[in-house]
Amino acid sequence: MSSKSVPPTAPIVFRDATSESPLLKAGLIAVAAVFLALVLFLPLAAVFSEALRRGPTAALAALSEADALAAIRLTVTVALISVPLNLVFGVSAAWAIAKFDFKGKTFLITLIDLPFSVSPVIAGLVYILLFGTGSLFAPYMQSAGVQILFAVPGVVLATIFVTFPFVARELIPLMQDQGTGDEEAALSLGASGWQTFRLVTLPNIKWGLLYGVLLCNARAMGEFGAVSVVSGRLRGETVTMPLQVEILYNEYNFVAAFAVASVLALLALLTLGLKALLEQVYGRNHTGSSKH
Amino acid sequence: MNLHIRGIRKDFDRFAALDGVSLDIASGELIALLGPSGSGKTTLLRLIAGLDFPTDGSVFFGEEDASRKSVQERNIGFVFQHYALFRHMTVAENIGFGLKVRPSRERLSRTEIRARAKKLLELVQLPGLENRYPAQLSGGQRQRVALARALAVEPRILLLDEPFGALDAQVRRDLRRWLRDIHDTTGHTSVFVTHDQEEALELADRLVVMNKGRIEQIGTADEIYDEPVSPFVYSFIGESSQLPVRIVNGEIWLEDRTIGLRTHDQSNSEGAFYFRPHDVDILDGCGGCLAGTVLSSRRVAGTRRVELAIGGPQHRVEIDLPADHPAATRSRIAFRPKHWKVFAERS
Repeated sequence: MSSKSVPPTAPIVFRDATSESPLLKAGLIAVAAVFLALVLFLPLAAVFSEALRRGPTAALAALSEADALAAIRLTVTVALISVPLNLVFGVSAAWAIAKFDFKGKTFLITLIDLPFSVSPVIAGLVYILLFGTGSLFAPYMQSAGVQILFAVPGVVLATIFVTFPFVARELIPLMQDQGTGDEEAALSLGASGWQTFRLVTLPNIKWGLLYGVLLCNARAMGEFGAVSVVSGRLRGETVTMPLQVEILYNEYNFVAAFAVASVLALLALLTLGLKALLEQVYGRNHTGSSKH
Repeated sequence: MNLHIRGIRKDFDRFAALDGVSLDIASGELIALLGPSGSGKTTLLRLIAGLDFPTDGSVFFGEEDASRKSVQERNIGFVFQHYALFRHMTVAENIGFGLKVRPSRERLSRTEIRARAKKLLELVQLPGLENRYPAQLSGGQRQRVALARALAVEPRILLLDEPFGALDAQVRRDLRRWLRDIHDTTGHTSVFVTHDQEEALELADRLVVMNKGRIEQIGTADEIYDEPVSPFVYSFIGESSQLPVRIVNGEIWLEDRTIGLRTHDQSNSEGAFYFRPHDVDILDGCGGCLAGTVLSSRRVAGTRRVELAIGGPQHRVEIDLPADHPAATRSRIAFRPKHWKVFAERS
């Protein structure tokens, strides 16, 4: 029998079980790309292009105004105070919840989630109720000469409230998944509680922790609702960058508004870049697969 | 280091994981805590370690009451079923961990710690793996490293929680022999938990058989296997067949016939009759023996396992015959256990 008697057939292409046809692949990628472009890149580009509409000089001039500089300074200050506090709180809460059994654990988890479920505006109003004129703490505050509302402490408190679940929420599932085996091993080898935490627990959770801190930081710098209520919008004093953007926008000062918005966006991009860089540098150690 | 456990009780919520457990372990002994899951064996090990604390009772390390001491103060070595190696540290760093965390006045220098780690790696037969990470090791290698890490702190007692439980059968057998060698070399008082009776019988100097939070029997492999003191131990250790019997004036009756065996127990009562399937004499016919109809016959390695119904389908037992024994072709087999035990029910 000669080979010519076999009818010519198209070559059979074998595909991985988990793979799809090229057409479907291209289609799915296109959908994702269009979606990303519309929802992410286009708005981001619009922010920068609006800011630079009258040239970079105008944008820079808008940014070097005293109020704008004060807003940037305040935003950074608030983030620098609230993120470390929530870092400590988040790690302690996650450690307690994941590694120990105690009564009221479910309640504590619910409590940690509260800022996620409550609207930030309500969070702000709660502080008004707590510290405002005629409130429970008002007399003590007054006699001590401490101003919380319409001042920087109020802004910090509101930001802490809103950003407080980020670190804990990121760490709890991770730490629960890792269990207590490593910690028990460290203790049985004679390590103290603090040594166990520093040498064993912390290295195990560092990537989750970093991610939680970055999310926390992004939210701390971007928070609008709660801060808006407690700040009183004293220009140059209690106005953070998001508030400053809104104020400028309402005054039809679009170039300045978008210039400040650009700085916020840049800070966010910087944060993400930093995260990617850290993962690049230390990522290989994580699996312990190379380096030595 | 002698170890004495006195009247330990441990309650979890409302259920007692351990209920009145007392145990004495001599210095240098290798002890197996053996039992089904939920028998409290791991709980007992963790109480000895100081990872958990008893509701009542005490643990003595030699003359010293260690009951209220923390796990750090007890200076024990603990090997976990799932290794619990620190994944971000190299093998050498893992082994050196217990030395590194000591207070500065007792701490060895870095080079000394490194040298100790190297020496221990040789002891556990993994020389040259100092700079590997746990993820780069096989399960068996990880458990060897975990043991080296536990030995590095020169523990007073070595505790192992199902040390080979996560490994496959071949590696288990190798590591069993290896652990016995290490124990004979270092002479540590060691306690290990297992649910694998083969492992316990082969490895341990003495076994502690546990069930439902209590100790059923303590003894050598021979004592446990040949002289089980309770129905639980008889059925848990090795193969066994069981029949419900009646004791009348020292004679053992199954239903309405005597089986031709006598016990010293003169009490007239119900009881459970136990024997080993491989430990029987096949008879040609009998008055006063056990005889039954063959229900099924299976070839198991070198023997033939025959299931018999004795005096009715409700009494089923298994016996082992040599693979080529002529009785295997019969439909009815008579036999008499060579060794057996009857546990009378106290009513």
